[in-house]
Amino acid sequence: MKISDLTELALRNLRESVLRNSLTTVGISVGVASLVAMLSLGTGLQQLLSQRLAKSGLFDTVFVSSRRDLRGMGREEERKGPTPGESRVLDEPARQEMEHLPNVSEAYPDIRFATELRYEDKPHLTMISALPLSAKSNDAFDGMQGNFFSSDTAAEVILQKSFAEELLGKTPPLGAPDPGVAELAKPLLGKELTMRYAQRQAAPSTQPPLRGNAATAGEGSVEGAAYSVVSREQKLRIVGVSDLDPETMRGPTRAKVFLPLGLAESLHIMQPTDLREISRAATDEPVYSSVSVRVKNPAQVQAVEDAIKKMGFNTFSILDASNSLRQVFRVLYAFLGIFGSLALTVASIGIVNTLVMAILERRREIGIMKAIGASDGDIQKLFFAEAGAMGILGGIVGVVLGWAIGQIINFGTNIWLKSQSLPPEHFWLVPLWLVVFSIVFAFLVSLVSGLYPAARAARLDPVQALRYE
Amino acid sequence: MGETVIRAVDGVSVEIRAGEFVALLGSSGSGKSSVLNLIAGLDRPTSGSVVVQDRDLAKLSREELAKYRLHVVGMVFQSFNLIASMTLAENVELPLRFAEVDRSQRSNLARQALERVGLRARMNHRPSELSGGEQQRAALARALINRPQLLLADEPTGNLDSHTGTEIMDMVREFNRELGMTVVMVTHERALAERYAQRMIFLADGKLIDDRMNHNPTNDHGANAAAALDRREQGGRS
Repeated sequence: MKISDLTELALRNLRESVLRNSLTTVGISVGVASLVAMLSLGTGLQQLLSQRLAKSGLFDTVFVSSRRDLRGMGREEERKGPTPGESRVLDEPARQEMEHLPNVSEAYPDIRFATELRYEDKPHLTMISALPLSAKSNDAFDGMQGNFFSSDTAAEVILQKSFAEELLGKTPPLGAPDPGVAELAKPLLGKELTMRYAQRQAAPSTQPPLRGNAATAGEGSVEGAAYSVVSREQKLRIVGVSDLDPETMRGPTRAKVFLPLGLAESLHIMQPTDLREISRAATDEPVYSSVSVRVKNPAQVQAVEDAIKKMGFNTFSILDASNSLRQVFRVLYAFLGIFGSLALTVASIGIVNTLVMAILERRREIGIMKAIGASDGDIQKLFFAEAGAMGILGGIVGVVLGWAIGQIINFGTNIWLKSQSLPPEHFWLVPLWLVVFSIVFAFLVSLVSGLYPAARAARLDPVQALRYE
Repeated sequence: MGETVIRAVDGVSVEIRAGEFVALLGSSGSGKSSVLNLIAGLDRPTSGSVVVQDRDLAKLSREELAKYRLHVVGMVFQSFNLIASMTLAENVELPLRFAEVDRSQRSNLARQALERVGLRARMNHRPSELSGGEQQRAALARALINRPQLLLADEPTGNLDSHTGTEIMDMVREFNRELGMTVVMVTHERALAERYAQRMIFLADGKLIDDRMNHNPTNDHGANAAAALDRREQGGRS
């Protein structure tokens, strides 16, 4: 029989005992829905987490530090390679070399320093860090009030919420609810801050520092190994107040005030590294304490890391962490999948039951069909088609049902999150592959369920089937 | 058409020529229906052979038997055996579905067949909405649809009153004469057999008792016995 005829006859037969077949199909739908619900929860959670991590710039970033930085990171591999004294200085040429490695999208120096900011004539001491323009996509700026930096060299500044509270003198007591960012940002946006900083200035070796806290070491002992440190001021306009902390992973050195990177570089701000590299730092060329290298694709982190190690620097990435995270999700997936499949297994027994019942009921009809020329194969295919049709219908209804359940749970959770004054999340995701997979899976499970009934119907002896009324 | 010979274990062999109208007579349990099922390819002999058109049905695969039933045989039953959930048109075109005939051609053929049995107006009704006679006519239309050479009827008038029965039998004779179909009819009504069949075969307890020509049917059949259809059975359960 042709597929079109099979489908038509199968659907007709399903309509004939519509209640029973609907119930069986509902059973499959529930099974598929539970599978979809489970797997979409898994997918959604994974997506949410990996988006977070991707936005945090951790998965696609290699942190590079000089081996000369004796603080190190306490990792084994640092014992290999050149000794600290012989290794390269992490300077501008090194940064440019990293930027030109394959698959690297950018390499930017970490500029961070503690200094004083004056706001309405009151001094505030804080940690300042420079951000490249690409940091705009960091999810810490999702809930930001105001705007991101207008350009890489604009005299603008973004404050972290807790620093904004400090400026306004509104730091809430521990445990009390935080004031909203919008409320904090209103009086601050567009206002000016004055940043005081120490500028490092290359100077003729014989010339003494101009003024301020001079840091010339070994004066005159090494030719050219001298520079001046000049106290400067820079006016900055507050353009944004961010809700979240973009540097949560930084621990105690995290900053609360952010400058555009280009501006920070042009200021030649004195950094702790300068003191450590004092014997070489006679030129205007900056030396960096660390450089962040962003890789185009997290999959290439390892290769880039290896290339940078070959250049003679220490590297750190959380690639290992992401690998084990993927492992965890694979296990979670399998677990959710098995759990979700249980209901489908029960539903498939329902299919077997329904079809065996149908054989008993339609015994005579099968006999007639055989008598007028249906082959065993025709009868078998007809029952397969009925099982398959129930599977596909159940699959489609199940996907919709699963999606709806997910939406409801997501909605409910977000109401709860809101009541806890947490931002809403979209942790429920039904990707296209899951839709296709679920329907195909339901179809296949139904066909397997149809194996026995179809074989039994095909074997039916027409003479027996037609003998009795 | 080839030759078919039925030969029972006790040495009885029956040969039916193409275009013949044969009645199989006997009381219930005589084995007449079993013989019909063997000819129809619905059943297989435990030993022996049923040869139709040079094909030994006992040696055909299940698949080939289904093809044989589809293209060579048309069947009508005492209880009509229409599928209750289908309209007459759908019932009539069902064999065409198994034969994988195109949809458009199918409905045309079904309409023609129903027209032939006078049920064109009822083609979209379900069997339960029709009288017994109408149902049997629809069953005849279904038996005709694949243009089989062999029409097998199992007590076709058993569930009908005598008037409607006559109507059906007239139609069967018409197919026999006009379409040249070989008819084998099982019945226990001797009067009916004498009136329509050219030949009567009597069975009892699975054995052939008598095989005689009926020289006096109401209408002699035409001269379409050019080719012969023979039937042979050996050691059958009939």
